[in-house]
Amino acid sequence: MHQKTIVEMAAGLRAGEFSSEELTRSCLQRIETHDAQLNSVITLTAEAALAAAQAADARLKTGDATPLTGIPYLHKDIFCTEGVRTSCGSRMLDNFEAPYDATVTARLKQAGAVMLGKTNMDEFAMGSSNETSFYGAVKNPWDTERVPGGSSGGSAAAVAARLAPLATGTDTGGSIRQPAALCGITGIKPTYGRVSRYGMIAFASSLDQAGPLATSAQDAAYMLEAMSGFDPRDSTSIDQPVESYAQSLEQDLRGLTIGLPREYFSEGLDAQVGAAVEAAIEEYRKLGAEVKEISLPNTALAVPAYYVVAPAECSSNLSRMDGVRFGYRCEDPKDLEDLYTRSRGEGFGAEVKRRILIGTYALSAGYYDAYYLKAQQVRRLIRDDFVQAFKDVDIIMGPTSPNTAFRLGERADDPVTMYLSDIYTIAVNLAGLPGMSIPAGMVDGLPVGLQLIGDYFAEGRLLNAAHRFQQVTDWHTRMPAGFE
Amino acid sequence: MEWEVVIGLEIHAQLATRSKIFSGASTAYGAEPNTQACAVDLGLPGVLPVLNAGVVGMAAKFGLATHSTVAPRSVFARKNYFYPDLPKGYQISQFELPIVHDGYLDIDLEDGSTRRIGITRAHLEEDAGKSLHEDFQGMTGIDLNRAGTPLLEIVSEPDLRSAKQAVAYMKKIHALVRYLDICDGNMQEGSFRCDANVSIRPKGQEEFGTRAEIKNINSFRFVERAINYEIERQIDVIEGGGTVVQETRLYDADKDETRSMRSKEEANDYRYFPDPDLLPVVIEPEFIEAVRKTLPELPDRKCERFTQDYGLSHADAGALTSSRELADFFEQTVKAAGGEGKLSANWVMGELSALLNKAGKDISESPVSPEQLGGMLLRISDGTISGKIAKQVFEAMCNGEGDADSIIEKQGLKQITDSGAIEKIIREVLDANPKQVEQYKGGQEKLLGFFVGQVMKATQGKANPGEVNKILKQMLV
Repeated sequence: MHQKTIVEMAAGLRAGEFSSEELTRSCLQRIETHDAQLNSVITLTAEAALAAAQAADARLKTGDATPLTGIPYLHKDIFCTEGVRTSCGSRMLDNFEAPYDATVTARLKQAGAVMLGKTNMDEFAMGSSNETSFYGAVKNPWDTERVPGGSSGGSAAAVAARLAPLATGTDTGGSIRQPAALCGITGIKPTYGRVSRYGMIAFASSLDQAGPLATSAQDAAYMLEAMSGFDPRDSTSIDQPVESYAQSLEQDLRGLTIGLPREYFSEGLDAQVGAAVEAAIEEYRKLGAEVKEISLPNTALAVPAYYVVAPAECSSNLSRMDGVRFGYRCEDPKDLEDLYTRSRGEGFGAEVKRRILIGTYALSAGYYDAYYLKAQQVRRLIRDDFVQAFKDVDIIMGPTSPNTAFRLGERADDPVTMYLSDIYTIAVNLAGLPGMSIPAGMVDGLPVGLQLIGDYFAEGRLLNAAHRFQQVTDWHTRMPAGFE
Repeated sequence: MEWEVVIGLEIHAQLATRSKIFSGASTAYGAEPNTQACAVDLGLPGVLPVLNAGVVGMAAKFGLATHSTVAPRSVFARKNYFYPDLPKGYQISQFELPIVHDGYLDIDLEDGSTRRIGITRAHLEEDAGKSLHEDFQGMTGIDLNRAGTPLLEIVSEPDLRSAKQAVAYMKKIHALVRYLDICDGNMQEGSFRCDANVSIRPKGQEEFGTRAEIKNINSFRFVERAINYEIERQIDVIEGGGTVVQETRLYDADKDETRSMRSKEEANDYRYFPDPDLLPVVIEPEFIEAVRKTLPELPDRKCERFTQDYGLSHADAGALTSSRELADFFEQTVKAAGGEGKLSANWVMGELSALLNKAGKDISESPVSPEQLGGMLLRISDGTISGKIAKQVFEAMCNGEGDADSIIEKQGLKQITDSGAIEKIIREVLDANPKQVEQYKGGQEKLLGFFVGQVMKATQGKANPGEVNKILKQMLV
């Protein structure tokens, strides 16, 4: 049952081959059996899941069901869920139960999807390896000595191990795409403003965007459609109708122009990963696409600009975690200063503190112009690079990450190397464009991700290109040994 | 040394919206602590602000009324600092690009001249909550009902030269926001309060002295006292050989002094940056024109009109237009009084104001309606009652005894103008006082007043004084 796509599951539910309750029980069973090896789930909500599954079964009989009705999913622990702990991977929120549902949570609930639990993640989504979580590192199912990527590492590992067919993720600098690549699954970060950020705990507000992780582009298309749409509670969400992504999947790729940025195939890219990506591009040629080299000249500036903008915003966003109204509070504070200092000192992990300090520094009087303002200017240059490129090409492709999954602990003490894991993904967030990663090869038994970057609101086109590729390749159907 | 005082005010006017600036929670004053704070006001993880569109129109109104530029694009910024009653750890305000800037307001000075006070900017921001330091056994209680209440912070240029000018400016702004119906102006509830930046410099010097900022003053009286105290303090410091340090001070009304809160060194670095959760506020010219059409007649214009239409002095017209309610009361009185502007002004600013002041009441709480007052004034002008009797009628109206006409009727206060009737009474008075008649005829003409008084006494003041005088003189020849 767990190997089915959600399209197959939806058909099975409707044909009465199995119920949502059975499907849900099967996922819960798999989590029970396999997650000890992976540590991908922080909170399991088995009881609520079964109740939701029963409700979905009833709904399926009424004919009022959606493609997601009765389909189990895992929810990144960054989305607020009423009555269920929302930890954001942090000791700070280990005791936090949101009194409300995030818009994404509510939309998935409305669609009838069945939440199994909340997935592990880098603390406050800050990390590229899922090692910064208060709940311990997540392991990559392809090699449990290796990282799954981050920050949506729990979601990616769980879907790759077929513990759940779908999971949500969020992507601030690559946090959906990079773990999708390292775990050999499909993930899409839509255009900034496509999915509501309401109830999604903010890391860097101008970059954060939620999206689905799935085993195929088709499954991702259904889930993205359910998550997307204008939300009056998020001023940055965009009031534009949501396309039916699933319906445009079959579109022919003949005439599609693909741009390969030469900056994405240069120094720093693992040769074997590069070769796998080249081979995947070759498949696109066979599908009738035209491929041309392009340039995104400001690519090298993306990581430095990101590491000013994102920490600056996070330093402010995380100020509300002060031990006063919710979350972690230190024992016996002597006075206000002590309450703040120790609650935050004890509640936050090292990477989060590092970024708060960087951000605080970058926004300080006398440094603001040189750092924050300059980074925003760079951001415009990066966006302009893409705008220019999309005059000539429909989709930009390249590697998602310069390497395959690295070993646990390998980069933990080397933040700069760690930050470079996201070198190809970060610019997409800075520009606010949609980007996705699909499995496109294997190197030494580890998956390689192909990144597809589209113009604003071209999610449909990306999913279509990914789906056509998946029709002629089988990378996305491969499962890690021991999790088949 | 002769010193010149330099003052700039930062006025916080709470905008009169029903819900908060970035959430749907109510702004009503006086609810139980924390009952009017939703997830957004509490700054819970994941929540986002959404701008209450009502505040944009209100700020635009203020901009138009103060000859300011209403910015086509303004930006919300985060002002970052930690405080328990600031739930998010930052206040959403406007920094580099405020919604209103570069305007002015003219104030009247005591010598009859006017002075133009520049308005640097007015920006939108959210209020913080309240820290309650009593009743919590050494802990602090937090009430977040006020968190997220919309404020317009109005920043003046350092154009004020005395505490009196500062008060006049503050009063004028106060009247203006109430005319515009964008703030209830309730100072007790904190809906209208100000910070004063005060410095002194030797007269004739261009350069400003070092300023102290006095925080959170919530009455006109305290503004004057706090500034005057601060001026004296700074003069004492400098003349005693010291230097004024830049700092934030607090006015203690009980002790009538200002105290240092924090120095410049201790001041926060607020790390302002544009709030990525909110879009820039874009205002189209059509919107501004639509707002312009909703503007009421403003105080200066109304004052001008009162002098022309009712023949009032500038001072009287200024006093009557000091609040929209008073001006409306006056005009309704005039209407009911058949257009008697001058008479209406005298009564509204005289008897009625005295009565209200004594009772500590506002014009909106007047015991007589403008229609009642005007109705009575009509009876003065048509000769039915004298001005003196009118005071009696007015008092009866205030006691809720009904309209002037019914009081006059019931109490028989109608003036006696019939010369036959007056003659008869005079005859009786003269007959009763033969000695005085003789003295008068002997040249003591001062006694005329005595006879008038006797006649008035006999008629309980109802005899027409002019008639009495005329007839008396004839009869005493």
